[in-house]
Amino acid sequence: MESFFSRFRSELVLALILLLQVVGLASQMGRERYGSRVDGHHVRFVRAWSAHTATPVEAVLKRVGDSLRTTWHGYVDLRHVRQHNRDLQYQIDQLRLREAALAEDARQGQRLQQLLAFKQQYLGHTVAAEVVGTGGSDQTRILTINKGYSDGIRPDMAVITPDGVVGKVRDVFSDSAQVLLLNDTTSGAGVVLTGTRSRGIVHGAAGGRLQISNLLPDDRIKPGEPVVTSGGDRVFPRGLPVGVVQSSKPDPEHQPYAAILIQPAANLDRLEEVLIVTDVAEQLARVSAGDEAGEAGKKASDIVAERLPGLTDSKAAPDANAPAAQDGAKGATKEPAVALPRPPQAIHADRYSPGTVPPAAELTPGAQDTQLAAPATRTPKQAAPEDQP
Amino acid sequence: MPRRSFANRHELEEHQFHPVVLLAVPLCALFLQSYLPHIWQPLSILDLPLIGVLYFAISWRNRIAGTLLGAAVGLLQDLPGNGYIGVNGIAKALIGYAAASIGLKVDVDNIITRALMNLCFCLLQSVLLFVMQRYLLGDTGYAAQPVHELIRAGINAALAVPIFLLLDRTRINEYA
Repeated sequence: MESFFSRFRSELVLALILLLQVVGLASQMGRERYGSRVDGHHVRFVRAWSAHTATPVEAVLKRVGDSLRTTWHGYVDLRHVRQHNRDLQYQIDQLRLREAALAEDARQGQRLQQLLAFKQQYLGHTVAAEVVGTGGSDQTRILTINKGYSDGIRPDMAVITPDGVVGKVRDVFSDSAQVLLLNDTTSGAGVVLTGTRSRGIVHGAAGGRLQISNLLPDDRIKPGEPVVTSGGDRVFPRGLPVGVVQSSKPDPEHQPYAAILIQPAANLDRLEEVLIVTDVAEQLARVSAGDEAGEAGKKASDIVAERLPGLTDSKAAPDANAPAAQDGAKGATKEPAVALPRPPQAIHADRYSPGTVPPAAELTPGAQDTQLAAPATRTPKQAAPEDQP
Repeated sequence: MPRRSFANRHELEEHQFHPVVLLAVPLCALFLQSYLPHIWQPLSILDLPLIGVLYFAISWRNRIAGTLLGAAVGLLQDLPGNGYIGVNGIAKALIGYAAASIGLKVDVDNIITRALMNLCFCLLQSVLLFVMQRYLLGDTGYAAQPVHELIRAGINAALAVPIFLLLDRTRINEYA
């Protein structure tokens, strides 16, 4: 018997264990719907014991796990944060560059818009070019543009911006050209001071300034007076803004002339896009044609009268002969009434006054010029008092 | 160098463990089994207590110890749940007994053998649980899920290999 238990000890232990657990299971089987039932006292006790035992350990385990998880996630997050920080910094840099590029594009767009408006408004044959470089020296004021011979650029063409004159084309290459700025010492342009209508030549001075040095001192020349191109140099179209008078004072080195400093209208130190006037003559003709087209509805006499304002005086009394002439013209022929310009009567008539010289048919060949010396007719109103009998 | 003499293969390959290890490893397995699904629910497919029972059973090669360990771990595993207390106890007691019995006959230090043993015993446990639920407890709603059980067995077998290697370090060196 002892050998049986010792021989099958393992099997007996297994059977006992199984039996006990089956009994335990059987004790729990008396209730239906086990999953939703209320445990018996013994089961509740066992489960409560288990819960009381396991819960603190599980709490600690959970806390440790949470700590590990937090640490791990924190480490991972921190590592990712660094990476994200680098990525975001890179994105910020890219966005800043993009913002700067967009802002630059916007500014360029505004400039080009102004340029286009100016071009459409003022000039017809121009070529827009972009400034791609400078002369690289402080002594020379030269720009390099990205348009050249293939674009129709030729030497001595005027280079302008909507703000004013920039300079002229100097050397032209196939795809680029050099622009001699107006403030270069070797540059020059014919200008007119709009206030005094004084004509001069503006050229570059030391320090990149603009100066007029061929005008005599004039008190009428005031700072702020606009200066425009005169068109006489056959390079720059007439009337383009050059700048304003900055100061005017006698030039001690070139007496008796004055040194008139000009503030350039165009920012010659910061040019991005320029216009090259490729056809000045046509442009000027177009302006003239435009003027003539605007005057198409006027009468020829009015045009002549306007162009010769000294010959007519709208405020003067109507000429006594005018009605007769008009009546005669009406009665004789039905020609269109053309009012010929009549010079105003002279206050002090002399032999050069109109009407004082007799017609050539009444003159006697070889006679003395007394006929020419004394006026043939004088109106009492216009005669001097001492000439009255 | 002192040398021990063994009377048979049973004595030669019976490994000893520190009592703390015997207590801590199953408890850790039980706690982790109840804690890991809180982190990620699919981790409930693991059966860490079974792996622990298998390891100690095949390492001890003692059927009684394997049975008792299996029964104790199974019962403790049943406690936190809402099922019958004893279902896992019975299943793991049988597993412990069987694993200890097989451990006497095969080389349990081989990784492939370990993986196959874990796979088979995991499947055996599933069969035992199904039989008990279906026929012993009369739970007709307990359906067999062969594929799921196969996947479970595969995952636990794959996990058991590194755990076994880790637990091998807790053995007491008999030649020291």
